Amino acid sequence: MTTGLFVFLTLAIIAITAAAGLILSRNTVYSALFLIINFLAVAVLYLIMGAPFIALAQITIYAGAIMVLFLFVIMLLGAEKPKEIEQMKWQRPLAFVLGGAILVEGVYALLTRVSITVTTNPASEILADPKTLGISLYTKYSLPFEIASVILLVAAIGAVVLTRMPKKDKGQ
Amino acid sequence: MIPIAYPLVLAVILFCMGIVGFLLRKNAIVIFMCLELMFNAANLVFITFANHYQVIDGQVFVVFVMTVAAAEVAVGLALMVTIFRTKQSIDIDQMNSLKG
Amino acid sequence: METVQFFNLVPWVVFLPLIGLTVNLLVGRKLGEIFAGSFASLATGLAFVVSILLAVSLSSHPEAVTIPLGDWITIGTLTVRWAFRVDTLSVVMMLVVSGVGTLIHIYSIGYMHNDVRHNGDTGRYARFFIFLNLFIAAMMILVSADNFLMMFVGWEGVGLCSYLLIGFWFEKGKNGTGNAEAAKKAFITNRIGDFGLLIAMFLIFVNFGTFQFDEVFKQAGQVAAVKPGVMLLITLFMLLGVTGKSAQLPLYVWLPDAMAGPTPVSALIHAATMVTAGVYLVARSSIFYALVPTAQTVVMWVGAATALFAATIALGQYDIKKVLAYSTISQLGFMVAAVGMGATVAGMFHLVTHAFFKGLLFLAAGSVIQGVERGMHHANHASHDFDPQDMRQMGGLRKQTPLTFRVYLIGALALSGIAPLAGFFSKDEILVSAWQTQPAIFIVLVLAAFLTAFYMGRQLTMVFFGEPRTEAAEKASESPLVVTLPLMILALLSVLGGVLNLPGVHTLETWLSHTLGEGEPGHFVWVVAGISLVLALIGLGLAWMIYSRKTDKAYVDPLKRALGSLFTGMENKWWVDELYAAIILNPYRAFAQFMADPVDLGVIDRIGGGLAAGTRALAESIRKLQNGYIRSYALLMLLGLAAIMTYLFLR
Repeated sequence: MTTGLFVFLTLAIIAITAAAGLILSRNTVYSALFLIINFLAVAVLYLIMGAPFIALAQITIYAGAIMVLFLFVIMLLGAEKPKEIEQMKWQRPLAFVLGGAILVEGVYALLTRVSITVTTNPASEILADPKTLGISLYTKYSLPFEIASVILLVAAIGAVVLTRMPKKDKGQ
Repeated sequence: MIPIAYPLVLAVILFCMGIVGFLLRKNAIVIFMCLELMFNAANLVFITFANHYQVIDGQVFVVFVMTVAAAEVAVGLALMVTIFRTKQSIDIDQMNSLKG
Repeated sequence: METVQFFNLVPWVVFLPLIGLTVNLLVGRKLGEIFAGSFASLATGLAFVVSILLAVSLSSHPEAVTIPLGDWITIGTLTVRWAFRVDTLSVVMMLVVSGVGTLIHIYSIGYMHNDVRHNGDTGRYARFFIFLNLFIAAMMILVSADNFLMMFVGWEGVGLCSYLLIGFWFEKGKNGTGNAEAAKKAFITNRIGDFGLLIAMFLIFVNFGTFQFDEVFKQAGQVAAVKPGVMLLITLFMLLGVTGKSAQLPLYVWLPDAMAGPTPVSALIHAATMVTAGVYLVARSSIFYALVPTAQTVVMWVGAATALFAATIALGQYDIKKVLAYSTISQLGFMVAAVGMGATVAGMFHLVTHAFFKGLLFLAAGSVIQGVERGMHHANHASHDFDPQDMRQMGGLRKQTPLTFRVYLIGALALSGIAPLAGFFSKDEILVSAWQTQPAIFIVLVLAAFLTAFYMGRQLTMVFFGEPRTEAAEKASESPLVVTLPLMILALLSVLGGVLNLPGVHTLETWLSHTLGEGEPGHFVWVVAGISLVLALIGLGLAWMIYSRKTDKAYVDPLKRALGSLFTGMENKWWVDELYAAIILNPYRAFAQFMADPVDLGVIDRIGGGLAAGTRALAESIRKLQNGYIRSYALLMLLGLAAIMTYLFLR
């Protein structure tokens, strides 16, 4: 067993365990924290596969900003431990069956199509450089980039509009 | 140097866990987090193939996915807050007014 | 010196009435009756001025001129222009339409003032003039068109105006729907005729490839040589259109009912102008008819038969306007017979003079009716079922309405064909043509002319002579100047109209020959003139003898005793309406009822309703899937995803 494989397997186990914790935890705050762990593990995988900028972005944006927002809302609403009683009796078994089916089919598809001998490449200088990413973003992908910025703006405005307290009716 | 099938299988596993979590949980915020988990699995696939083909486009795509996810979370959580104000709950099964 | 040509003004004969109606449409109600009426009259009057200018231009440049306004329809090889054709024939029609139209507009200013008050809705005053101007515009399009399609626009336009004006008091009449029924009848009967005209136009398009008059008539000779059957069909279907619009047998039945419209409408549309459109059409297409002798014979006999048939019905009518209506049908029969015999000029000549004296008679009748209405108001105890149009309620009106009496007398004598009034010359020309070529037609027409004189004598006597038979007639009074002035002008025209085409001078003949081609100028045959004049005098005298004696209050027509059941037939219009009802209308209604109740309600509605109910039931069962739970939607999506993936793997 090579070092690389060992590192990968460790990270994979962490990620899967964290995901399981996310799903199974009764406390919403714990779920959020498990998700952060998952994000961190995946970020390290990105690092290994030669995408250090994305790895750091994953940590700062996902694990940092977004998950903080989650925690903030959970605590704001005081919704750490809502009661969850399943009323739809077919929901739970079907979820497992279908989720399992997709899993089996996905893994089957991969293993039959992707040869086990094909391995990842060592991190390349050029692809790891944020400069390369930046040039691509501002040249080839400039239009999607602009659209993404508009989406963010709309989301920001939307969030403000949605959470604004409705004004009380002035004496009708 | 690991076979690229391994991170891809990991992505499939994470994605399916996201699906199952989405279907099992009734807490709207957890459901949201499951969505993020699925995004994450997709991102992992992008990075793996970016590495495999030695191109930058995969990484660019991940940037866009993150952007959209951030936007979605911002709006989604705002919705949660609003719904919680009216229903005093974030149980997704209680949001069932739109039905035939 | 170059003479000034006014041909470019021709679109204004349409635009001026349109401007008039637009103004009345927008502000007519606010500006009062005098303004609304005067403006409409002015618009028509200016159109008359333009027509005169066109006539002046034509006198120095008699060839036809076409003024295009723009392309209308362009489909493949077919191009239909919106173009005005100025030639001697169309200008004659324009002069009649706008000239008589102007006089009737002026008359209407006074007449409608009383009519809207009598019928109790002064708000409709401006509307009347809007319709009247619209009619003038449509009629101008009809006569000035340079192709069949544009002419058809005018043809339908005047039909619409006729419908609108017959139903002007749509809530009045028998059972509150009588006038509306009359309007509907006119419209539907005309549709049957228009169907014929449309078929004729389709055939023209298929065989000539164009609608343009010039090109069609240029090719007519070749087509007639190659496909004589087609030409026969075209001319006969066209004749169907003529019988509808010009109220000939068998489609004449709408015209008597059309008298439900206000009297100026009867004068303008249903006597002077619109109903002559059919005669105009045959005159315009005279090249066609000249090529198909069979069609000519049919046209001729339709005209002659109508002339006699309508004249017999006119004998038995009591309504002052109905008599004139049947007389109009009869006179139109004369015109149609004339154009059928190829005596196109004679037909057009009679058309013009008829417009003068029949317009005059209708307007004078309107004056009489309103005089009696005024008398009715003076005689306070007038009952509600009193009909101011019933000649049995009149009598002795020559004293109460002396001016109207005099002009009516002139009109009646002109219609009867007493020399030297207008009707004598025009009718004589038709009779001469018949005398020379078709002896059988001549006999029929002479008989009709005799009856014409007789029923006019009857009407004159019943209305104006003897003693007043009712209090209303006793207290009737003369109409104001605005009403009588047009009457006097028309009376003058009725006296002098014969000058247009005096025997030996042939002004109109020469004038129209530029459009219709050189024809044999009609001779003046002393025998024919003598026969028709003597018969007319006998008819008038006989009527005077029979009807002047009658004085008793419970009026029974003296002819009834003499003719018995024959007169009953005339009185009841030979039961033609009842016949049509029995053989066409009632089976048609029964069929419609069958289609409506068992077929539509029973079969078609059930199919539709069943489909709707089935869809609804299906939707009711499926809607349960839409349960509002997002997670169950997600489950279904996943199910689909798993199914698709499975399919892809197993494929």
